[in-house]
Amino acid sequence: MSDASALEPDTGLTPGKGTSHGLPVAVLLEVTHRCPLQCPYCSNPVELDKPKSELSTEEWVRVLHEMPDLGILQVHFSGGEPMARKDIVELVQAATDAGLYSNLITSGVTLTRERLDALADAGLSHVQISFQANDPALANRVGGYKNGHAKKLEAAKWTREAGLPLTVNAVMHRQNLHELPDMIDMAVEMGAHRIEVANVQYYGWALKNRAALMPTMAQIEACNRVVAEAEERLKGILAIDYVVPDYYAVRPKTCMGGWGRQFFNISPAGRVLPCHAAESITGLEFDSVRDHSLGWIWDHSPALNLYRGTDWMPEPCQSCDFKEEDFGGCRCQAFALTGDAANTDPACSFSPHHDAIFKTAETEAETGETRFIYRNLAGGTPEA
Amino acid sequence: MSDARAPERLIVTGDMAVALPRHVQLRFNKPRDMWLLLAPERVLEPDAIAVTVLQKCDGARTIHDIAAELAEIYTAPVETIETDVIAMMQDLADKGFLTEGRKHE
Repeated sequence: MSDASALEPDTGLTPGKGTSHGLPVAVLLEVTHRCPLQCPYCSNPVELDKPKSELSTEEWVRVLHEMPDLGILQVHFSGGEPMARKDIVELVQAATDAGLYSNLITSGVTLTRERLDALADAGLSHVQISFQANDPALANRVGGYKNGHAKKLEAAKWTREAGLPLTVNAVMHRQNLHELPDMIDMAVEMGAHRIEVANVQYYGWALKNRAALMPTMAQIEACNRVVAEAEERLKGILAIDYVVPDYYAVRPKTCMGGWGRQFFNISPAGRVLPCHAAESITGLEFDSVRDHSLGWIWDHSPALNLYRGTDWMPEPCQSCDFKEEDFGGCRCQAFALTGDAANTDPACSFSPHHDAIFKTAETEAETGETRFIYRNLAGGTPEA
Repeated sequence: MSDARAPERLIVTGDMAVALPRHVQLRFNKPRDMWLLLAPERVLEPDAIAVTVLQKCDGARTIHDIAAELAEIYTAPVETIETDVIAMMQDLADKGFLTEGRKHE
């Protein structure tokens, strides 16, 4: 059996070479940008969707029912905090009724045993809870939420008691990487099936906080060793997915498997994006499920078509042997670091900007800056 | 209805009855005209033989039973088939995509 993951799509599910896009496999549903936590690396855009602009229950249900015919297999209910939606159980039920595999990506702090049982009854297939550290004081400081860590531990316990499989989402950076071995042990103890060791990717909020988050090269080397050792020791007990920090990489990541190729994201207000960070690229206009069917948007949205395939690529991507493997890396990162989303992602060693970002990473990692700018609807608040 | 799992590796043997847990679902996908195995943040593509095997993993039949059934269908030695099925099941178990015993409802 071959294995196609959200991170490394590499099989018959994947559109073939020379194809601009295939059938979408999975969709990230950002049902709200509201969140009780204020993590400084939040993957939401810096300019958050206002609660009043959110899609209604009826609109989400309609969109969910359009999905299976397009080929969509899985939906991830995310946010913000998806539990902030009063209708979340109804939305999960709609996904189940439509025949979709559903996953809840939550901070866990507002979960209750009753709501978890209701979600399980509604057909939820999987729960993913984020953890900010192993040490409660550090975890609560990173999340900007008092007593959050204890609530997460409780939510994890209830998830397992409801018979739902659990993934621990461990977001790693300079201020918590020393706790990675403890976080892996924590995941095993709570009966998690899987852990995502996700080094912060620097867009939006994380880019604002880069100096306080960027790991040192020595930390990354230690992290690689910890993950390799744990994969061996915990074979069959805890699956580990590892996202490396790409400022220190040689080859860029195949971001989203290619722009608009088999994944997309729906924002709280209904805009269809190739990824959760795409609105950080200024000048693009994304189509909304309020104006068009999902099928029309997937095939015809000008923003999705803009960086599909390889024709749009300038050099050094255009003549590169890897162009259909990594599609030039990440468009959002290219835009954030070079000002042009069509440029080669500077994480690639062929980018003329590569050496500069490597030095930026090394320099910022040594600054000793620890203060965060917390994520919120007001555009961010510096840590006291 | 707990599928709480002791923190140890499931070692698949011939006398074991196995099943897919709740979060791993074998489904036929019409738009792609193919069988798929859905798991957390993953979609696996089982080949035709794997689909046949997975459809028989009901948590009641042992792997030995399943190998015997397949030996008749494919007219191949049951020992060879059992070895292959165990290897495939061990791979699924190591991904966390298999449970021992009755299917979790």
